[in-house]
Amino acid sequence: MTSAQLEIQLIASLVAIACAIPGTFLVLRKMAMISDAISHSILPGIVVGFFITQDLNSPLLILLAALTGVLTVVLVEKIQQTKLVKEDTAIGLVFPALFSIGVIMIAKYANDVHLDIDAVLLGELAFTPFDRVFYNGIDFGPKSLWVIAVILLVTLTLLLLFYKELKMSTFDAGLATSLGFSPAIIHYGLMSVASITTVGAFDAVGAILVVALMIAPAATAYLLTTNLTKMIILACFFGVFSAIAGYWCANYLDASIAGSIATVLGLVFFAVYLFAPHKGLIAVLYREKQQRIEVSLITFILHLKNHKEVEERHVNHLSEHINWQKVRSKTVLDLALKNNFVSIENSIISLTEKGNEFTTKAIDYILTNEDVQIEDMKKDFFLFRG
Amino acid sequence: MEKIAVKVDDLTVAYNYKPVLWDIDLQIPEGVLMAIVGPNGAGKSTLIKAILGILKPIAGSVTIFGKPYATQRKHVAYVPQKGSVDWDFPTTALDVVMMGTYGSLGWIKRPGPNEKKRALEALEKVGMLSFKSRQISQLSGGQQQRIFLARALVQDASIYFMDEPFQGVDATTEVAIINILKELRKANKTVVVVHHDLQTVPEYFDWVTFLNVKKIATGPVKDTFNDDNLTKTYGINYKVSIQK
Repeated sequence: MTSAQLEIQLIASLVAIACAIPGTFLVLRKMAMISDAISHSILPGIVVGFFITQDLNSPLLILLAALTGVLTVVLVEKIQQTKLVKEDTAIGLVFPALFSIGVIMIAKYANDVHLDIDAVLLGELAFTPFDRVFYNGIDFGPKSLWVIAVILLVTLTLLLLFYKELKMSTFDAGLATSLGFSPAIIHYGLMSVASITTVGAFDAVGAILVVALMIAPAATAYLLTTNLTKMIILACFFGVFSAIAGYWCANYLDASIAGSIATVLGLVFFAVYLFAPHKGLIAVLYREKQQRIEVSLITFILHLKNHKEVEERHVNHLSEHINWQKVRSKTVLDLALKNNFVSIENSIISLTEKGNEFTTKAIDYILTNEDVQIEDMKKDFFLFRG
Repeated sequence: MEKIAVKVDDLTVAYNYKPVLWDIDLQIPEGVLMAIVGPNGAGKSTLIKAILGILKPIAGSVTIFGKPYATQRKHVAYVPQKGSVDWDFPTTALDVVMMGTYGSLGWIKRPGPNEKKRALEALEKVGMLSFKSRQISQLSGGQQQRIFLARALVQDASIYFMDEPFQGVDATTEVAIINILKELRKANKTVVVVHHDLQTVPEYFDWVTFLNVKKIATGPVKDTFNDDNLTKTYGINYKVSIQK
């Protein structure tokens, strides 16, 4: 691996972490689309900043562009507050307007400089090692690396300092207000960080990948954990994993690095969406099937307890008496037999002692409101899962 | 005359020029258990939110023990409507209750063992200790409400505002909430509850405020909770049979 390759992967990984942190909160605040808006509408800010500084990595340019990002959020909120249009419409109105101003400005005044639409949309990670920082003739590495490292450091510091405030105002803004923590400050703070990160990552990965790096890792992590700290750490992990795997994919396919990273992000999300232990599609389908069988089993044994008459308990009449719709009666009967809940004599089904006891418990379970009691029973209920 | 816990003067709140609360004057004496009743859209929740500074009134002022709310935050706890937050948020029951301690911590400072101990005690009071590590979306509606209640208890405030704590809860939770309310009253705390079930007003509360954009009446339940005020609040010939 050459040092340029190493540098590209390092930059991509730092960008991924810097994006995943604000991204997690954007996802939890249901503001994922705001990151899309910010990433596009900072373009005029970048162009104006570039006119002034002539340097894509200048801190002034980053601040100017980030300001446009915050302006986007403000404009979206103002339009939304008129109650004439909804939030998604407001986003759809604001960012194309600002983005197109940027596009016109580039086409008109900046055609001959290193600032073209392709680079803006997709970035060019492969070129980042060429633009380096020299001080007294000593090579200090790529500029992009320094820019994103500083941004990441600021983001991490703010996260550590204001973690509690971020968590509370994201979960319950009303409580935050009543306790004297202004959710507005947190909100605009988060928007500023998201904007600055977007600008800082922009040159390296472009407007579209920035969105992917903010939203996809957080959305993936959301499916796997019920703990905010773990969600942030997981999001960072998925971001870095996709960045590095994406880089090598691009290397192998000789394709765009940004495109490959975004593709890996999508694939990782899809895999987790399918296979996540609790929220994953397969787990959900499996659980639903189990629940149908459980409910059917309870219905079945309740029926047996309620009916002493022989004709109600004949094997062949099961389907008629209990209206099985979604579960085959054989499955339920087998399950009941396996757990020694029932016995069959001359095609007549009877509850065993164990089955009788369980049924009584099940009735309690259904009727009771005592949470502690239910907790104990829940464990028993797992016993008879097929 | 007892001490006034909350004093609201000429409070007016409007959404887009339409007044939701109109010139409300209200005094809540210390140590009362007050129900705020009124039809849908009467501004009950808005009144609480305006008192707590969550909504900006267009006119009027609020004082808590004679001082502006901003200086008295530590004395006030708030239980919002259960539906006001996203219960899929990745956090546990204990964590939500810990949020009640954030006010006393202030900015930046993190909760420590002392805060955790207080939160666990509050969870025990509402009978939710065994659920402390449970993710909040896996709790029933009643359990979620009790978590909110525990979060308010942990603040150890003097005044509690609760927005429909009985909304859609099971019998166990209702009893748990009532017991907490009674305990709070015993400790001379002031509790203000937005309440929907008129039948239970005389049983649960000792003060009542009738609200329908304007304040209709306020006072002790035995003097104020009558057909006359009910009709004025809810419309023509509105009557409930009240067991006195």
